[in-house]
Amino acid sequence: MPLLRVENLKAYYLVDLYGIKRAVRAVDGVSLQVEENTIFGIAGESGCGKTSLIKVLSATFMPPLTIHGGKVIYDLGDGGTDVLALDEEDLRKLRWEFLSYVPQGSMNVLNPVRRVRNTFRDFVGAHRVGTMRHFLADVTEHLGHLGLPPEVLAAYPHQLSGGMRQRVTLALATIFKPRLILADEPTTALDVVVQRGVVQLLKKLHAEQRNTLILVTHDMAVHANLADRLAIMYAGQIVEEASTAEVFGNPLHPYTSYLIGSLPRIGDKAYKVSAPGAPPSLASLPEGCRFHPRCPHAMDVCRTEEPGLLDAASGHNVACFLHGQARRG
Amino acid sequence: MTFLKRYLLPRLFQYLVVVFVGTTIVFISTRLTPADPVQQTIQRITAQGGYMDPAAVEEFARTLRELYGLEGGVLRQYAALWRRLLTGDFGRSYTYFPTPVIQLIGTSLPWTLGLLSLSSIMAWLAGTLLGGLAGYAGQARWAKWLEGVVMIIRPIPYYIVALLALILFAYFLPVFPISGAFAIGKRMTVTWDVVVSVAKHAFLPAASLVVGGMGVWFIQMKSLASTVVAEDYVLFGRAGGLSKGKLVFQYTIRNAMLPQITGLALALGQLLSGALVVEYVFSYPGLGMLLYQAITQGDYNLTMGITMLSIVVIATGVLVIDLMYPLFDPRVRYR
Amino acid sequence: MFNVLRDLFRHDGRFAFGFCVFVGIVFLALLYSFCPYNLSIWNTVPRDRPPSAKYLLGTNSQGQDVFWYATAAIRNSLLIGIVAASLSRVIAVLVALIAGYRGGRTDRVLMSINDSFVVLPLLPVLVLVASMLRGKMGILELGVVLAIFGWAWDARLIRAQILSLREREFTKTAILSGMTSLRVVLGEHLPFVIPLIMATAINNISFVIGTEIVLAVFGLSSLETPTLGTMIYWSVNYQAMLLGIWWWILTPVVICILLILSLYMLSVSISDFLDPRTRLQVIKAKG
Repeated sequence: MPLLRVENLKAYYLVDLYGIKRAVRAVDGVSLQVEENTIFGIAGESGCGKTSLIKVLSATFMPPLTIHGGKVIYDLGDGGTDVLALDEEDLRKLRWEFLSYVPQGSMNVLNPVRRVRNTFRDFVGAHRVGTMRHFLADVTEHLGHLGLPPEVLAAYPHQLSGGMRQRVTLALATIFKPRLILADEPTTALDVVVQRGVVQLLKKLHAEQRNTLILVTHDMAVHANLADRLAIMYAGQIVEEASTAEVFGNPLHPYTSYLIGSLPRIGDKAYKVSAPGAPPSLASLPEGCRFHPRCPHAMDVCRTEEPGLLDAASGHNVACFLHGQARRG
Repeated sequence: MTFLKRYLLPRLFQYLVVVFVGTTIVFISTRLTPADPVQQTIQRITAQGGYMDPAAVEEFARTLRELYGLEGGVLRQYAALWRRLLTGDFGRSYTYFPTPVIQLIGTSLPWTLGLLSLSSIMAWLAGTLLGGLAGYAGQARWAKWLEGVVMIIRPIPYYIVALLALILFAYFLPVFPISGAFAIGKRMTVTWDVVVSVAKHAFLPAASLVVGGMGVWFIQMKSLASTVVAEDYVLFGRAGGLSKGKLVFQYTIRNAMLPQITGLALALGQLLSGALVVEYVFSYPGLGMLLYQAITQGDYNLTMGITMLSIVVIATGVLVIDLMYPLFDPRVRYR
Repeated sequence: MFNVLRDLFRHDGRFAFGFCVFVGIVFLALLYSFCPYNLSIWNTVPRDRPPSAKYLLGTNSQGQDVFWYATAAIRNSLLIGIVAASLSRVIAVLVALIAGYRGGRTDRVLMSINDSFVVLPLLPVLVLVASMLRGKMGILELGVVLAIFGWAWDARLIRAQILSLREREFTKTAILSGMTSLRVVLGEHLPFVIPLIMATAINNISFVIGTEIVLAVFGLSSLETPTLGTMIYWSVNYQAMLLGIWWWILTPVVICILLILSLYMLSVSISDFLDPRTRLQVIKAKG
């Protein structure tokens, strides 16, 4: 059974201001499966809904983001539990020991008025009551594993560099060796040297702890480096999902083609083209296929019907009328 | 050492600037007015009847001028004002002659400080705590309801609240005494009786200061807490399954509180002004009553003394709060 | 502009309340033009009569109709408020402009002085000045004096707005494309600054009215002129509460509360509307 199965998830932001009511459809009918012990990447432009998706998957969403349908089922060894149906107490048992979440912008993820060791105490103390005697020793060892010196514990977040803070955040996220880690843009806002360090670290943790990692980033290079399977998100929906090699080597959806085609390659001096236009506003989406205003292959059916995600070739799913006649249910 | 230099010295400097600007403002405003306190005093005396021959009036005027520190040219008067401030000698009160002004202030100041500090701290604490909880609760019904209620009280000045309280609780429903700091006839000893009496008398003025003052802190804190709740570290904490209590207090309130502390420092001046008026409304024997008497009697020295002292007290209060701030915000403590 | 007001009215209860109440109060003030009595003369009507059909809000111990006195009081208080608020706007904007655009040393010095004004307890100083001017102050003088003490806080707000405007992209674009600084300030920046000035002005009027009441209660306002503050002063002076003439003191207190409340609602709803975060959401929602 897959570790995570998402079924037709819909999550919208409802805005009601001065009489203007709008629904921002950040996650609009997303279905996917993630197997254990893999690295699953989700790629897409800013504003395509990936952060909202992660927020729902980690059950840390708050109004005005509300669920409008769908399930998020985790395999906890009991045949599958829909996380959205759990109450706060049950969710708490899940958090950090089964599932941890590294939010976007790790710059600001640590409480600025608390020393690092107290933040660790908070997280550890929330789940393991008692036996705090070995706490310091355990944490220091864990930190050392991630390449951090023990002096970090006595520091305040603002005294650490960006890269160190990112490592501390990862250390916090992996302290209980959770089975699933959701990482939202872990490498953004870091310089390339530090980025490489973080990518290596994630690989190392994955290999050692044998966990599952869901990685959300717009940086295709990171996906190429880390992800086993890759899903491309556009305007709140998954438009293509396949193994990384397949996505890079044989992109089926026109949007993915543009995405892959725009990546620079050493030695390749051809003129780079990106998709014309801009992604639609999630509050006012076009009729039919959401990509059709920018698609060079748009057909009549694309303007009126929404394509569903369909297996086009053994594990390579794509939502496009060019590759199948599935319609979105 | 750098902390001292970077944080302490600029604050001390600002303290001196405040006192300097305050003194200069007092000086300029009193000099710019077309009125002459000496003439006013003389007029008051002659209006009460009696004849004084011109030479005596001249002599009297000169004495008064010296009494008021108005001898000599502008610069000399300015220097005289500074001398008074620095030595704490504001001359003698006209109303309570020959008691020195500083002594009168000394008797009334503790009452005002007691009332003011206690009620402003309580108002700040209550407002900040409730505001923090409401800010965390966000869209909860009780939070919105409370905000609505507070929003109505907040803009109303303390003294109006005080007046209303007086009308309601001392007049219509005579629960509390109408005036004074303690029952007449009792001596100031530390017995349970006296304490109860003082508390009873202080309750209404203190309550109106707290209720009237709490609104501002509540609304500001709620807004700050709402912003902090949306910050990444609170989100991370929630994702980590931290207990609600910890999230509310250590993560939200501890962070949102920081601008509140600065806000308290800035508002001290207004709090004092409000307290003075409330004292008058309740005939509470603090600086407010003293000021009122000084005004009605045209007691220039006393009014001047109270004004200058208020400036120093507030500036010092602001400095103290400023110096305590690093205790709460480690970002300022370490660089 | 009208659309904005209509949107605010329909969807923000606070604005609706504030607007209606404030208009009502202004209406009362305008009513004063029809006042049948000369309010500087005492004993034009029987004294101490409770509210009735003939005397809507009763009469006071000086033999004046409380209702008509109140209309005059509202009018004068509003006048003082408007005069003081306008004058202090001018001072605040000047200080903010100079500090914000000059920057550097000028800015630091100005802000240091500004902060002193913010921190200082201005009431005792005000009391000192007013006690010296006692009896010689008419409404206009009172307004001027009050203006001198109310500009500091708003100067800081406006300066902050100016500083952020200076750093924006469109400013640099405008200057780089050859616009003179003056045109940039007037043409590009002013539209952002004006709403802020309006919002702070409304707040200031509240503050001034409140301060006038304080001065009056201490007996320092222009005592022969009917204002909300002097009304309270005279009623307290005549021991209205102890003698049971509650309508005399309750009227100005209630009007004051309503006035300040409505002004506050107006200013809060306007500044919420102007808050860039809410505006962004409105723009995003409009698509």
